[in-house]
Amino acid sequence: MQRLRVQQVTTAALAIVVSGFSLAACSSSGSGGSGGSSGPSGTLNASGSSFQLLFQQAAIQQFRTIQPNVTVNYGGGGSGKGRSDLAAGTVNFAGSDSPIPSTETANFAGKTVLYFPVVIGPITMSYNLPGVTSLKLTPTVIADIFQAKIKTWNDPAIKAINPGVTLPSTHITLAVRADSSGTTQNFSLFLMTAAPSVWKLGSSSTISWPSGAQAGSGNGGVAQIVHATPGAIGYVDYADAKAAGLTFASVQNKAGQYIVPSTTAASAAAAGVTVAPDLTFAAVWAPGATAYPITYQSWDLVYQKQSSASTAKALKAYLGYLLGAGQKLLPALNYAPLPASIDAKAKAQLSKIG
Amino acid sequence: MSVVIPADQAAPGSVPASGLTARAGLGDRGFRWLTLAAGLLVLVILVLIAVSTSQQASQWFSTEGLKIFGTKWDPATNKFGATPFIYGTAITGVIALVMAVPVSVGIALLLTEVVPYRFARPIVYVVDLLAVVPSVVWGLWGILVFAPWIQHTYASIGSGVNGVPVLGNLFGPPTSGPSFFTAGIILAFMITPIVTSLSREVIATVPTIDREGAYALGATRWEMIRGVVWPHSQGGVVGSVLLGLGRAVGETIAAALVIGSSPEITSHLFATGYSMPAVIANQFGEASGVFKSALLGLGVLLFAFTIIINVIARGAVERSTRRMRGA
Repeated sequence: MQRLRVQQVTTAALAIVVSGFSLAACSSSGSGGSGGSSGPSGTLNASGSSFQLLFQQAAIQQFRTIQPNVTVNYGGGGSGKGRSDLAAGTVNFAGSDSPIPSTETANFAGKTVLYFPVVIGPITMSYNLPGVTSLKLTPTVIADIFQAKIKTWNDPAIKAINPGVTLPSTHITLAVRADSSGTTQNFSLFLMTAAPSVWKLGSSSTISWPSGAQAGSGNGGVAQIVHATPGAIGYVDYADAKAAGLTFASVQNKAGQYIVPSTTAASAAAAGVTVAPDLTFAAVWAPGATAYPITYQSWDLVYQKQSSASTAKALKAYLGYLLGAGQKLLPALNYAPLPASIDAKAKAQLSKIG
Repeated sequence: MSVVIPADQAAPGSVPASGLTARAGLGDRGFRWLTLAAGLLVLVILVLIAVSTSQQASQWFSTEGLKIFGTKWDPATNKFGATPFIYGTAITGVIALVMAVPVSVGIALLLTEVVPYRFARPIVYVVDLLAVVPSVVWGLWGILVFAPWIQHTYASIGSGVNGVPVLGNLFGPPTSGPSFFTAGIILAFMITPIVTSLSREVIATVPTIDREGAYALGATRWEMIRGVVWPHSQGGVVGSVLLGLGRAVGETIAAALVIGSSPEITSHLFATGYSMPAVIANQFGEASGVFKSALLGLGVLLFAFTIIINVIARGAVERSTRRMRGA
């Protein structure tokens, strides 16, 4: 029933797209009809990871100029929503910042889901301390700060790793996410991996933060709190931290180096991780001297077996674009492109869709 | 009157069937079925929503048992206790009522007892305009304008009463711009129109003859309101207040933006908190498994609470209007 309706909608949308196209071809008789008989066509609907949203929007715009017969809609809404939409069959692919958790595997029973990594990005430790332009933090210190064990900026633990920096006695205000989020999930995963003996709050899309933490909605909301509150520190996605003009700390990585977050340092982190055969991996706390330790990633999830050949064709075309030319859009949007090794594996996997 | 009715009721069956009335009868029957279907549809949808959400929430109810009323909500360690949210919903509702009710009843009395009709109209329009403002606009205004502005006031009140027995517990630090109190104030703005217009309608049903009777006995306006208007409309006003509470309890996006989003049970009204609809809106996107089931379960509880509040409210309004007609 559901599938029938999706098909009907797809056909209807296809009809509209095709008629629109033929109209366009008529009006500009010189150049039009090259899209012709066997190119991919149809509508792809997707939802999920809001981390991917900016990239998807830019990619959809560009993709339209290459494949005008394929319409892609990416709805956002969070990784969890994307995965449940995919399980319910209401979308063709889902964006997710983490692999399917064990609690959800039952929803996908009997079907093979392919993971296509599409984007990498650093999570910054953004802070607001007037006069302090460079700050170093270790995973242990970050864990203590976010568990309210370190309460002021001139705490000996912070002073010890920042010789020569004049730290004020300002009270530390934590800026955290109000909504559940893949950013929180990966930030807490970082603390759990990098400071296992200190971090007691676990890893989840929602963390029970110490009281007094200020919660904002979305990366933008947390950036806004950090921006407005002297003494605040928050975990903010790199793109939003840049957009809000925030100052961010360099964080000690697995090799002991203090690394400033950047798209190249994030790509370096992804290049050093061990990738599972199904292309899942965790880019946090990656080895490598130049790797930024709080790096996260996002996948597009697709069923290996597609109900119609035309949808499979359209999916291959769009995902192929995201992994190919689309990667060049990333740095300008303050995301990091995939390292060549992972990108090649993902491209090789495209042929499995059918 | 009761003598005439039986003849009327007998009419539909016994009217001789001319062509015209037969067709009219068909139209009437069709109309009756159509309206009946429309009425039943609402009921069916309501029941289906209740059943399907309870079904989805059953995992939470069955795995947690009575722990659903636990005090800790921490998805990272699979603790899903609903009490912080129930508490936050109740507290913000009470704050909203304490602020909105005197104002609303005041406006209602102003409109019915003090200002002449032709000046009352514009005031009604303005109050109703408050209801037109979308709740997300209230929320954004609350978080971008109101909360940053009022947080200094909270902070100075907080440091002033710090250590004073009861006041210190209610208004002492920690203080924060987004808080129970801020959410309560925003909700108060939002429920003022509904409480005002319902109270106004109830108060307007007080018979003019009773009012004039009171004046004739030499009562002042205040004595008339206290002696005639209030006893007559008490139940109805209580009902309208409860309907306002129903709205405040269910308000989602405005509360989600200004309540501060931390699941804590504290007597400090200026501290950050959480409410049931707000946590559903905030955390649903990334939830799965028991977590998702728990959020749906909160929805079921909220559904039950608002139904109870609304039934009590309707009952109160009806009882008072029935008594009014009897009087």
